[in-house]
Amino acid sequence: MPASYFPAPAEYLRVLPEIVLTLFGVAILFFEAVLSEARKRIFPPLAAAGLGAALAGSILAYGSPGAAFHGMILVDGFATFFRVLVIVVGLLAVFASSEYLRRENHPGGEFYALILFSVAGQSVMASANELIVIFIGLEISSIASYILAGYLRDDPRNSEAALKYFLLGSFATAFLLYGVAWIYGLTGSTNLEAIRRALSGGGAPPLMLTGAAAALMFVGFGFKISAAPFQIWAPDVYQGAPAPVSAFLSVGPKAAAFAILIRTYQTAFGPVAGDWQPLVWACALATMVVGNFAAIQQSNIKRMLAYSSIAHAGYVLIAVAAASQIGAAAAMFYLAAYAFTNFGAFAVVTHVARKGERYVKIDDFAGLAQRQPAMAAMLTIFLLSLIGVPLTGGFCGKFYIFKAALDSNLVWLTVLGLLNSAVAAYYYLRVLVVMYMKDADGPAEPLPAAGTGMKLAVYGSAAATLLLGIFPGLVLEFASRAALK
Amino acid sequence: MDSILFLIFAAIAVGCGLNLVLQTHPISSALSLVGVMGSLAVLYLLLGGEFIAMAQLIVYAGAIMVLFIFVIMLLNAGGERRGRKRLWAPWAGAPMVAAIIGIGAYLIQRAAPRTAEVTFGAFQHGNPSDIGTNLFENYVLPFEITSILILIAIVGAIVLARKEIE
Repeated sequence: MPASYFPAPAEYLRVLPEIVLTLFGVAILFFEAVLSEARKRIFPPLAAAGLGAALAGSILAYGSPGAAFHGMILVDGFATFFRVLVIVVGLLAVFASSEYLRRENHPGGEFYALILFSVAGQSVMASANELIVIFIGLEISSIASYILAGYLRDDPRNSEAALKYFLLGSFATAFLLYGVAWIYGLTGSTNLEAIRRALSGGGAPPLMLTGAAAALMFVGFGFKISAAPFQIWAPDVYQGAPAPVSAFLSVGPKAAAFAILIRTYQTAFGPVAGDWQPLVWACALATMVVGNFAAIQQSNIKRMLAYSSIAHAGYVLIAVAAASQIGAAAAMFYLAAYAFTNFGAFAVVTHVARKGERYVKIDDFAGLAQRQPAMAAMLTIFLLSLIGVPLTGGFCGKFYIFKAALDSNLVWLTVLGLLNSAVAAYYYLRVLVVMYMKDADGPAEPLPAAGTGMKLAVYGSAAATLLLGIFPGLVLEFASRAALK
Repeated sequence: MDSILFLIFAAIAVGCGLNLVLQTHPISSALSLVGVMGSLAVLYLLLGGEFIAMAQLIVYAGAIMVLFIFVIMLLNAGGERRGRKRLWAPWAGAPMVAAIIGIGAYLIQRAAPRTAEVTFGAFQHGNPSDIGTNLFENYVLPFEITSILILIAIVGAIVLARKEIE
């Protein structure tokens, strides 16, 4: 029996976060079956402990960087950055949902187990270095997302969101797989570095076929990051899904999908970068325009945030279109800043919506500044960061993205991106105006104070948003070192 | 000989595939799918993929089809109802499908390198022992993480379908 049957200890260390997350997920499923109802309160702390352990695990894994399991995954700075990001997002999701689930009479261990498995899938995506692993990681994350979107199955809005998400998601995955099959047929490998070698050598396959395969794969990735014209699902799903799940879906899976998009296109398709750049250019512009102009017309705040999250995917695509190391670093920084900001905004919406999510209109935020000044202040920070006002993470993120685009001579895309952010300011400011300058009509239903978990999620996101805005160097330096060349 | 077999079974696969879409009753569609899967198994065998051909027959044409039929029977699914959109959908869809197939075929015909063409039976590593070695050596990580994927699917089915016991 060859020795290669047994992976080296260092290889196990490199998949430590995934192992920890899966073990905690299975443990929660087991306790769900054996514990009495009263004891099930331990699930949120248990899930948080699992995510904390996985966070430590991903930092430990970074201690011995390198490839593992025959080049299937690659632990480097890039992978660690996204692993830490998706695990922290998972942690925020656990904090924000515990109160929500109790309020909706749906406390169950499965929810936390699914969050843990979903994060495990995103962590696999962050470190994947091979198309089959990318596909399986993406499916783990997606299928968990479909179920989470329909978790409160007695609510027809949830079922609608889950079904739409599932059908369209499966369709998009089929495109991705078809592209992977083409790439395997053309290059004889599914390993990203081997594909790069096959594409850059003298015997490279015809560009027409490589381009068709890359385009097919872009359809699959484009769906997951909700880039136009594959964004149709996002507003319906984010509006229909439980609010904390929308918060999770709009940042975690999206960041992981960008990780595989950047890694695939910069590593494997790096030699043909000049040919896919125009495609991403057009897609970035379409995504920004569709997201921003549709968001203006929304009266439901979840739907507005959904369109805004489409627009933000467009900004990140600008950085991807730059196809440079500085572009990748800008995309990484932006995704981190956007993750905390958008999650925080959705968390405040979760809090204000109350039982049954009856208060999700923008007008329902009238007078929030008087009723709960702290929550209103936090939402203000998030909205200002989404606009891109200085001293918030959103400003630094946009700044680095436009700088990267200018360095790659994408002048027109930068100008159009800036114009788009000006349009976006309108609909974010509208919420601020409603919150601070309008009084609630009639006697409003009392808004209970936020619980500990919700406070942790909201204040934590706000602190991270401000930290990334005031001291961007801490994260940006790591991102620049870790970004793919 | 190989080419003749290929043409016969490829034609059956395409024919059954078309029938699958055009039939209005789910059972007829499911039976057409058996035809597609059976002829695909023969195509795999022609190329030298022994294991994958057997797996195709046993797993897909056998187990998964039985599951499909069970679900169709259980839901008592009847024939497809004709909506208003059906009137113009074929007229819009058929040319688009034809265009996509045409462009794809043209691209492959124009650009595919002649040297890399597939020849029948040239692939020698399709037997179960080769697959097993590969699966547990090179592809052990994807193999293991697939189990998380299946676990999630099971949990999801329970979460979405169970009855609430009060």
